[in-house]
Amino acid sequence: MLGKTAGGLYWMFRFLERAENTARLIEAGFRIALTRSSDAEAEWRSVITTSAVRQAYENKHDGYDSARVTDFLLRDTDNPSSVLSVMKQARNNARMVRTALTTEVWLAVNETWMLFNEVLKEPVEETELPDVLATIRQQSGLVRGALHGTMLRNDLYDFCRLGTFIERADSTARIIDVKYYSLLPAPSFVGSSMDNVQWETLLRSVSAHRSFRWAVDSEFNATSIASFLILDRRMPRSLAFSAGQIVDNLGQLAEEYDMPMPSYDMARALRARLKDRDINAIFEEGLHEFITSILQDVARLGQQIENDYRFTR
Amino acid sequence: MLLKIRHETRYTYDRPVDYALEKLRLRPLSSAVQTVSSWALEVEGGKIECGYSDHYGNHVDLISTDIGGTDLVVRVEGQVETSDTSGVFGSVYGRAPLWHFQQVTPLTTVGAAVEPFVSIVQGADTVLNGLHALSSAVIKAVPYAFGKTDATTTAEQALAVAAGVCQDHANIFIAAARAAGVPARYVSGYLLMDDRVDQDASHAWAEAHVDGLGWVGFDVSNAVAPDERYVRLAIGRDAADAAPISGMRLGPSDEAMVVTVQVQQ
Amino acid sequence: MIGKPSPFDEMQGPDGPRYPYATYGDWFAKQNNERLAKKTSEAEAFFRSTGITFNVYGQTDAEERLIPFDLVPRILSSREWTKLAKGIDQRVRAINAFLHDIYNRQEIIRAGIVPMELIAKNDAFLPQMIDFSPPGGVYTHIVGTDIVRTGEDDFFVLEDNARTPSGVSYMLENRETMLKMFPELFSKVKVQPVSDYPKELRRSLEGSAPKSCGGRPCVAVLTPGIHNSAYYEHSFLADQMGVELVEGHDLRVVGGHIAMRTTKGYKVIDVLYRRVDDEFLDPLTFNPNSLLGVPGIMDVYRAGNIAIANAPGTGVADDKAIYSYMPQIVEFYTGDRAILKNVETHRCSEPQSLQYVLDNLADLVVKEVHGSGGYGMLVGPAASKQELADFADKLRARPGNYIAQPTLSLSTVPIFTESGLAPRHVDLRPFALVSPTGVNIIPGGLTRVALTEGSLVVNSSQGGGTKDTWVLGD
Repeated sequence: MLGKTAGGLYWMFRFLERAENTARLIEAGFRIALTRSSDAEAEWRSVITTSAVRQAYENKHDGYDSARVTDFLLRDTDNPSSVLSVMKQARNNARMVRTALTTEVWLAVNETWMLFNEVLKEPVEETELPDVLATIRQQSGLVRGALHGTMLRNDLYDFCRLGTFIERADSTARIIDVKYYSLLPAPSFVGSSMDNVQWETLLRSVSAHRSFRWAVDSEFNATSIASFLILDRRMPRSLAFSAGQIVDNLGQLAEEYDMPMPSYDMARALRARLKDRDINAIFEEGLHEFITSILQDVARLGQQIENDYRFTR
Repeated sequence: MLLKIRHETRYTYDRPVDYALEKLRLRPLSSAVQTVSSWALEVEGGKIECGYSDHYGNHVDLISTDIGGTDLVVRVEGQVETSDTSGVFGSVYGRAPLWHFQQVTPLTTVGAAVEPFVSIVQGADTVLNGLHALSSAVIKAVPYAFGKTDATTTAEQALAVAAGVCQDHANIFIAAARAAGVPARYVSGYLLMDDRVDQDASHAWAEAHVDGLGWVGFDVSNAVAPDERYVRLAIGRDAADAAPISGMRLGPSDEAMVVTVQVQQ
Repeated sequence: MIGKPSPFDEMQGPDGPRYPYATYGDWFAKQNNERLAKKTSEAEAFFRSTGITFNVYGQTDAEERLIPFDLVPRILSSREWTKLAKGIDQRVRAINAFLHDIYNRQEIIRAGIVPMELIAKNDAFLPQMIDFSPPGGVYTHIVGTDIVRTGEDDFFVLEDNARTPSGVSYMLENRETMLKMFPELFSKVKVQPVSDYPKELRRSLEGSAPKSCGGRPCVAVLTPGIHNSAYYEHSFLADQMGVELVEGHDLRVVGGHIAMRTTKGYKVIDVLYRRVDDEFLDPLTFNPNSLLGVPGIMDVYRAGNIAIANAPGTGVADDKAIYSYMPQIVEFYTGDRAILKNVETHRCSEPQSLQYVLDNLADLVVKEVHGSGGYGMLVGPAASKQELADFADKLRARPGNYIAQPTLSLSTVPIFTESGLAPRHVDLRPFALVSPTGVNIIPGGLTRVALTEGSLVVNSSQGGGTKDTWVLGD
């Protein structure tokens, strides 16, 4: 396979994952804006920060509100991380690697791109926002389904999955980092409405507000939520789960190519940092410091994968 | 005359180079005027990728630099037996047709500065006399001076600078001869100098095609006809076609180049 | 003079459908217009979601456009096709012989048949190809010959596309679409298949690999990238042939060969089907600013270590000034008279012809010698007085830049419209594959159709559409 093709598949799935994550962030933010208007501005600011586009946003707008933030995140082509921007990049990458995709995956991506252009042609009215966000999530599911249902389980598939999980690990780590203070075990605030809201938003941002109750047989508190998002390998958007998937896919590549690469060792080291850990030890280490260093590890790992498999040189 | 030649080009890059290619036209061919008795090409910091005979019959080697290298040295060394034919190379033709050597190239485009030199050829009683007059006029207008021009300087620009090296002299001569209807070409090579062994660069001169004689050489810079002191390396329409080394490099590094040439008996 | 009012319609003869359309005509008569209209919009939706689009340069609002597809096929009888194929075969062989001659001994110039100036002043002539024979002796691995028709037996070659002819993906996709829309039709009418084209193309390219290549040759398609107007076709052909689609930055010189960067290291390419123009092919040899090309590929090529399809410098054979000499070129190299006719062509570089063209501008089509895509041309009968006067000035200023031809009364084939069938002008581009063992012409081609009533411009960049092209079996 061409290095460029591997890179194209990887980035195509990173961008698709990013579109989906952005939609989820908006959904969580929108919920707060609807239910607790006094917290809305701060919430939208943290959504923008989590998306790592704060500078670009503030260059363009002063102040945060639903209409401007959602428009910036969904439609603004000046925002390289807006849903429209990343979908265009996902589709350009898909065109570039088209010979490596099944017809189903290509059609799913191309139709998704056409559909997003259609539903995001005009600014989205508040009343339509839930439908639009649902569409974005559904289409992501469609592409993922086409990938799972039709692609050969060979190196092509591994690069697609690597893109998905590197992006997801990065996104979940950012979500935790922006709200890490609300996850710190501070007994005096436990159960306050402030924390309840923050926790719920956190869980909603990773579509886990229901699965948390289902999976975690414990109190709705900072420690158990942090543990769920960081260490729980049953939770498909947790850091531990993402790291495990990255190790699996790099392991399969090492086997298929009969050539273990430095990225494989790096991924295993990352997974080890998240395996059999006690969340309290992480709090001891410092949650913010821990997440920051995880973010760095993920970025370095992404770079190493690009080098190992010759995406660009 | 047996000439011993050693020609080294050393590139030093300010940061490691990922990928660079150089075309070398550094293998002289035996002909009626010279016999190559020994010749060796060596590359350090790179390797020869492939070699072939180009559209003018020059031997070209394509070399690549080693990945991550910071130095590249290209060295040729050998001996060539030469003879004196009073500048006449003769009616020896490759596949490139004569009309090809009447075509304008970017380095030999005729503008207002070259124009007067065209009339020198056109106004002469014979073509050969016209070409000699042209040669004298060029060196008068553009006295030899090192460092005022570079490999990309055109004939027009060199006249504006009013100073130049052998490459500029040959380009102006070629531009004017062609505009006057005389096929002309560029020759790169070496010259044995009377007063020294070590030189700063290889040499170049021009050839024009004169009916009855074939190709006739004009070393404009030295105001003489090439004789047994000259060794031919490559030919082309202009300096870009016949340059001993030309190449390209990917990435942001800068290069410094040091050339040493030794020609002795 | 050919241009008379009533054009030849390929479907409707004076007494009902012409022979090749007999069965189709019966079938069509039984169809319901609403169903056909629905089929058309289904086909468009399919093209759109598959991404069978082309990019239009200089148009930001419509970055990717569909080429309209018409569901009425263009049908040629086996007899008509056999003659066409013979003529194309002859012409393609002559073009390859001409190219080899022009880049080597130039006998045709010495013989005084083609004037030297035409080659010397031709920008498409590449000196770097002088004194060289490409692997297998093949210059034009793929040729798309544009053919027009004016009557029952009157076929003319309009243009020989010898550089990188495009459009073959539409030939294949149009057939696939027809098979999907009207499967029942293909059981009634015996149509020769075109679907082997990618297989044949790969075989033909492999056959042109350098001699030094051991084992099965590695073929790749070189594209300028996803923003190129024909990108869809590049990826389609790579996909259908089962070979890699590469860009310049995927390639390097490795061990004297051109090799592509894979996830496991560099892999040597033996045959490169390039869809990048000559000028941009090798920044080391040609345009140093090209980011699309492969530095060093011309050196590797001359060293005999790769085949490039089509060979660099083939454009010297397909400009419109050389075109006017094609009958003589065919005769010079094949010893036979040209089977396919040329359109009468006036070379404006010749003073007498220029005068004739200026005197008859309103009746002529004037084209740029090096132009393509229907740009920069004048269609005399459709031009205003002012346009004619402006163009006459251009002609006088640079006569050598133009040729002129009579306005042919192109044949028509009906298209499907809301109000039923309506005749529209068409041309035809069959595709010929050339390998060291012979010429292989796929029975079919790209039929382009001018969708506007009376229009003669079929170019997709100017609103033309396409049709499936059927060649009937015996």
